Amino acid sequence: MVLNPPAPRFLPCGDAALTVEFAPGIEARANALALALATDLEAAPLPGLREALPTYRSLTLSYDPCVTGFATLRAALIPRIAALRPGAVEGALRSIPVFYGGPACLDLARLATEKGMAEDALIALHLGAAYRVAMIGFAPGFAYLSGLPAALATPRRAEVRQRVPEGALGIGGGQASVNSVAAPSAWSYIGQTPLRLFDARRARPCLLAPGDRLRLRRIGEAEFDALAARARRGEILFDPETPA
Amino acid sequence: MTGTLEILAAGPMMTVQDRGRTGFLRFGVSASGPMDGAAFAAANALVGNAPGAAALEFALTGGRFRASRDVLVALTGGEMRAEAGGRPLAPWSSARLRAGEELTVGALRGAVWGYLAVSGGIETPLVMGARATHLRSAIGGHEGRALRPGDTLPLGPEPGALPRRLTRPLRPRHGPIRVVLGPQDDAFAPEILARFLGAPYAVSAQRDRMAMLLEGPALPAARGHDITSDGTLMGSVQVPPSGRPIVLMADRQTTGGFPKIATVITPDLGRLAQIPTGAMLRFHALSVEAAEAEARAAARQSAEALADLAPTGA
Repeated sequence: MVLNPPAPRFLPCGDAALTVEFAPGIEARANALALALATDLEAAPLPGLREALPTYRSLTLSYDPCVTGFATLRAALIPRIAALRPGAVEGALRSIPVFYGGPACLDLARLATEKGMAEDALIALHLGAAYRVAMIGFAPGFAYLSGLPAALATPRRAEVRQRVPEGALGIGGGQASVNSVAAPSAWSYIGQTPLRLFDARRARPCLLAPGDRLRLRRIGEAEFDALAARARRGEILFDPETPA
Repeated sequence: MTGTLEILAAGPMMTVQDRGRTGFLRFGVSASGPMDGAAFAAANALVGNAPGAAALEFALTGGRFRASRDVLVALTGGEMRAEAGGRPLAPWSSARLRAGEELTVGALRGAVWGYLAVSGGIETPLVMGARATHLRSAIGGHEGRALRPGDTLPLGPEPGALPRRLTRPLRPRHGPIRVVLGPQDDAFAPEILARFLGAPYAVSAQRDRMAMLLEGPALPAARGHDITSDGTLMGSVQVPPSGRPIVLMADRQTTGGFPKIATVITPDLGRLAQIPTGAMLRFHALSVEAAEAEARAAARQSAEALADLAPTGA
């Protein structure tokens, strides 16, 4: 553990936003600080703040320049950040059913060969890890996860697939994802969840929030099909042990 | 529902927009909302609507419309030829449109984004707290999509205002597009930053509600164009590996993995969006403090213009 982590950088983003950058790259501590600061500002808002957008490594804050400003916010944020306890915010625990087959299981065989593992061993490794939603971006509900076992890290593919199915579970470098919508991607994909992470028709459009802790549960094709049919009807389908 | 607006003809990019969606950036949902916020606000003010009412936004091409009740209509965004019930309707003013009469709106001249506000506002269902359409995700507006002939949109209660016109400019018309350098200006060498601020850039035909691609001198980043994704804003000038800057707009992705050399200040976003394809622009850098002062001055100018509407007597 770093005793004196580097001070965050305050980066201007025009006249109505700033980014608090905790690290230049992907770091668990930076992500935890960004999420903790977002939670802190939600609980005790600063005047003129409009919206907070946490990412892997930073928090972008938009503000009303008629009410506050970059200098005022920086002065107010420095002591708030110093007082953060990044481990204190525990995200909700969610169980995500995953079918390691079907149309989104595009790269399982290749990854198993490349890594010299049996497919079931690779699945067990992927399934057993404790993931956290580090950031939601790229598309509505698209969850970038931290916690991928190092042995599963896989460089991005040279070729971009034009349509990876919704709900696909991806690996890109050391990052993992649960995709919300069908989209182009250069990542590798080994499975699919029947949950619809984003559905604007539901009272709760986004199933996951940044900071949520995920456990994967392996399901077969029949259960996938049954859950997918219910999800398409707009049902919110978390597993019974993780109420929504 | 207290009446409807029927779309009889529409260009390819006509959407329902309100001030945009807030509170969902952290879930990957961009704000959407108008490309030219000042023109949008003026359209609502001219028909007596609340500032947050939903109106129609169209790119370049207008359309034909018919309302089921008497309404006020207003067109803003740029110059265009229009008739309400066969009577000429000047842009930046409102006029009556009787039930069953036709409103015809021609093409924009020297501008890109037009707004049609109808008294009472467009009252399509709220989706995640807003009526703004995000086309790529099919969220909001009318079935999440661009409008087509035959679509019928619900209107809200009539506010009962009189026809009026704008008497003061909403904003300065000319000058460079002003930016604040950063958040990733340190990814570029000093001579590249000087190139960005010194060279003319042309607005290319690759533009939509998500982004505007610019043509001009390339802006290579010192250590490559991959950064760990962070938050984007309307106005972020990101530079992909091609070195050609892209200004992110209302429907942008909420996070991005290319360095952002600068951010266009909010008072200049509408003016930037309205620059015709092929026209040139230059960027000018302000300090954060100067940019915030400009934002406050622009908010005052816009508020004064909307508080000083004159009756047209129509």
